Amino acid sequence: MKIRIKFTKSGPLKFIGHLDVMRYFQKAFRRAEVDVEYSQGFSPHQLMSFAAPLGVGLTSDGEYLDVSMHTCDAPEIMIKKINEAMNEYIQVVGFMVLPDSSKNAMSIVAAADYLVSVKDGYETMDKAVFKWKFTDFSNKDSIIITKKSKKSEKDVDIKPMIYYTAFEQDKFREGIGTADGKDRVLHLAADCYTNGIKVFMQLATGSVNNLKPELVMEAFCQYAGEVFKESAYQVHRMEVYADLGAGTNRKLIPLDKVECLTG
Amino acid sequence: MKKLALSDEILLTIDKPARYIGNEINVVTKDLDKIDIRFCMCFPDVYEIGMSYLGIQILYDMFNRREDTYCERVYSPWVDLDRILRDKQIPLFALESQEPVKCFDFLGITLQYEMSYTNILQILELSQIPIYAKDRTEEDPVVLGGGPCAYNPEPIADFFDFFYIGEGETVYDRVLEAYKENKKQGGSRRDYLEKIARIEGIYVPSFYEVEYKEDNTIRAFHKKNGHAKEKIRKQVEMNLSDTFYPKKPLVPYIKVTQDRVVLEIQRGCIRGCRFCQAGMIYRPIRERDVAFLKDYACQMLKATGHEEISLSSLSSSDYSALQELVYYLIEEFSSKGVNISLPSLRIDAFALDVMSKVQDIRKSSLTFAPEAGSQRLRDVINKGLTEKNILEGAMNAFRSGWNRVKLYFMLGLPTETEEDVEEIAVLSDKIAREYYTIPKEQRNGKVSIVASTSYFVPKPFTPFQWARMDTPEEYINKQRLLRGKINGQLNRKSIKYNWHEAEVSILEGVFARGDRRISKVIYDAYKAGCLYDAWSEFFQYEIWLKAFEENQLDIAFYTSREREREEILPWDFLDVGVTKDFLWREYKRGMEEKVTPNCRRACADCGAKIFHGGVCYDKKEQEVIR
Ligand code: SF4
Repeated sequence: MKIRIKFTKSGPLKFIGHLDVMRYFQKAFRRAEVDVEYSQGFSPHQLMSFAAPLGVGLTSDGEYLDVSMHTCDAPEIMIKKINEAMNEYIQVVGFMVLPDSSKNAMSIVAAADYLVSVKDGYETMDKAVFKWKFTDFSNKDSIIITKKSKKSEKDVDIKPMIYYTAFEQDKFREGIGTADGKDRVLHLAADCYTNGIKVFMQLATGSVNNLKPELVMEAFCQYAGEVFKESAYQVHRMEVYADLGAGTNRKLIPLDKVECLTG
Repeated sequence: MKKLALSDEILLTIDKPARYIGNEINVVTKDLDKIDIRFCMCFPDVYEIGMSYLGIQILYDMFNRREDTYCERVYSPWVDLDRILRDKQIPLFALESQEPVKCFDFLGITLQYEMSYTNILQILELSQIPIYAKDRTEEDPVVLGGGPCAYNPEPIADFFDFFYIGEGETVYDRVLEAYKENKKQGGSRRDYLEKIARIEGIYVPSFYEVEYKEDNTIRAFHKKNGHAKEKIRKQVEMNLSDTFYPKKPLVPYIKVTQDRVVLEIQRGCIRGCRFCQAGMIYRPIRERDVAFLKDYACQMLKATGHEEISLSSLSSSDYSALQELVYYLIEEFSSKGVNISLPSLRIDAFALDVMSKVQDIRKSSLTFAPEAGSQRLRDVINKGLTEKNILEGAMNAFRSGWNRVKLYFMLGLPTETEEDVEEIAVLSDKIAREYYTIPKEQRNGKVSIVASTSYFVPKPFTPFQWARMDTPEEYINKQRLLRGKINGQLNRKSIKYNWHEAEVSILEGVFARGDRRISKVIYDAYKAGCLYDAWSEFFQYEIWLKAFEENQLDIAFYTSREREREEILPWDFLDVGVTKDFLWREYKRGMEEKVTPNCRRACADCGAKIFHGGVCYDKKEQEVIR
């Protein structure tokens, strides 16, 4: 049966790449004696795929992987069992059984939420200045950047791929429509910095349109006349969505809720 | 979260930052306030190599079972980080606590191969610990070394406070207890070294002095401290089924060289190949109990989640309960997606049956290590494998569907002639010819034979410790001769020939049998930029040659000089059980092309009986061979 697992990635493990995260899960499943399905042949491997691989250096509260299992217990039991075989820096927070007909996570990714923080020691402006400059930046009609590939350079307007931005978590969650009143602020596995300069953003993600938060910050720096330094920012992913809307009307649903709605 | 020693900015600019973040699965964490002794264990090579080595995991587990000790790890920083640590003056740190190595009580360095020597100096320098032991103060950690290269510690003697000779399971407790006691008494570093110099197996090089003759050989080796022993006896753990072995080995995040559970089934070897140091220094052979191994296999697989288990020993086929163990592992784990790997297996019916169960025949190859091409030379080196064994083994495998063969040989063995070298080509061809005797419709495509030659390096505590090593010219000529001969064979298209470069082996030859004067050469070469010498892309032979020249030391003196029976060898002060008389007897028997039976068939009275156990006390088919 198809299983979708939601997990966090934080602390020192932000320095391991996504292939190593895959190996980490493969070994964790074996330690936890989870009944995972293997491919046939002499070097059998677990059938596993990730929704949207996270780059090295990024942390997350909303990673997804799909895996096949022969049997499993209730989600709470499975989560406990797997977490006991792992360390605190990668933890399973969701476990759902998917209908056999469901598409794999990778193919339906459409958007993601991020929290971008300026690391301590890398501030180039104070919090208030950052806020108004960033607000100005995000209110522009278009944000043109030059995308370089091996063969060509082309100008792209990234503005349509920035779905929403905010400086406070409750405001952000209200804006994107996920605050349910009770827990307006979620505890995040993200690192905290005392300078408090940060911005939440919802961006297009996936195979059709893909915008990395680092690119947004680069465009912002250009706009603000600053030198962009990638290591100055800590990017934390909060959630990944599929788009169940029709045409241009987006209807973003977290990957762990998709099948509950359609299935 | 514990703070990492390196900033995000550094970690994101270097290759594989996961090498430096610690926090692996099964890592040991301890409260530093409740610890008396901080021990940093070092493998002087890059993380992926060091993490693959079982010995450190055994000691890591053993030290950490002590409540008063916290054992952490450090590996050589890769060249990219090396530069950054130097530029920014960041002290090298241990992975667990991420704290500087220089704050530890001990820095224990494992000595697995000679080509890691410059990396030892790197570790010391980056840790901001004085490279020479004589320059260290009360503030610096005590630096110790152990492992196979400690069987001739002289070339690196100047860099170590002491060496531990032998297997780690035995007297480390006493070494640590003495440290605590000395601290309590307010004793100095020197007081401590004097205390442990009395413990068996501990060698404190600064308590000894070497005098040389005009011809550069050793005139005398004597102690200059009353606490030091005349002879240092190697430590041996006789009961391997009731000793330390890690039930929960560390599991790295990144892919390392040995990404698997390693089960050491026995130590030592009964075979007595005359070139093999491991076969001599780990005598006598001691097996682990099969019930112990089954239990550990289960527990280690469960605790790591590894998808492969590998049996380790010098010659697996000699383990008496091998069939029982292997069939158990297959039965128990094959269905759970666990691969089973069995290196050093003699090709016989059992091996073929097992291999067909655990590997894809079409993709795997048969491995033979005849070491020498002719039967004459195999008798000289006491390698019991005959041409008949090889051809029959290969033929049986071919009939079952295999078509790839790997052959390992050495060039430069004592007494080797042109004919011996040519026989390598002939043997390779014979194997191919055997293959083509199978009717076409029953064969599995073409046969592929890969013959590899390495450059023979004589090692201490082997019968060939007196032998001369070929000069690079001689070696290269033999290589050429062989290449030509292979190209003249009927099945030349099926035979691929691989060879080793000469330079690295030459240095290995110097370090293996070198004396204390080599320390200065290593220091100079390191200071001139040599590092990661085991990695061909970093090996700088020119610098090494210059360092020898500047120190007025002649490489050929160490490598291509046959020694006399009477000569004092730099490692003679070590007592490894196996006696010099035995080794000399074996050397002479080798020159006479006489084979010596293995320890199960007959005892050759090698001296290992002093350890009171193992194969030495079993009943034999034959009388003692002398
Ligand atoms: S004493 Fe005899 S049986 Fe024991 S290791 Fe030596 S040769 Fe083998």
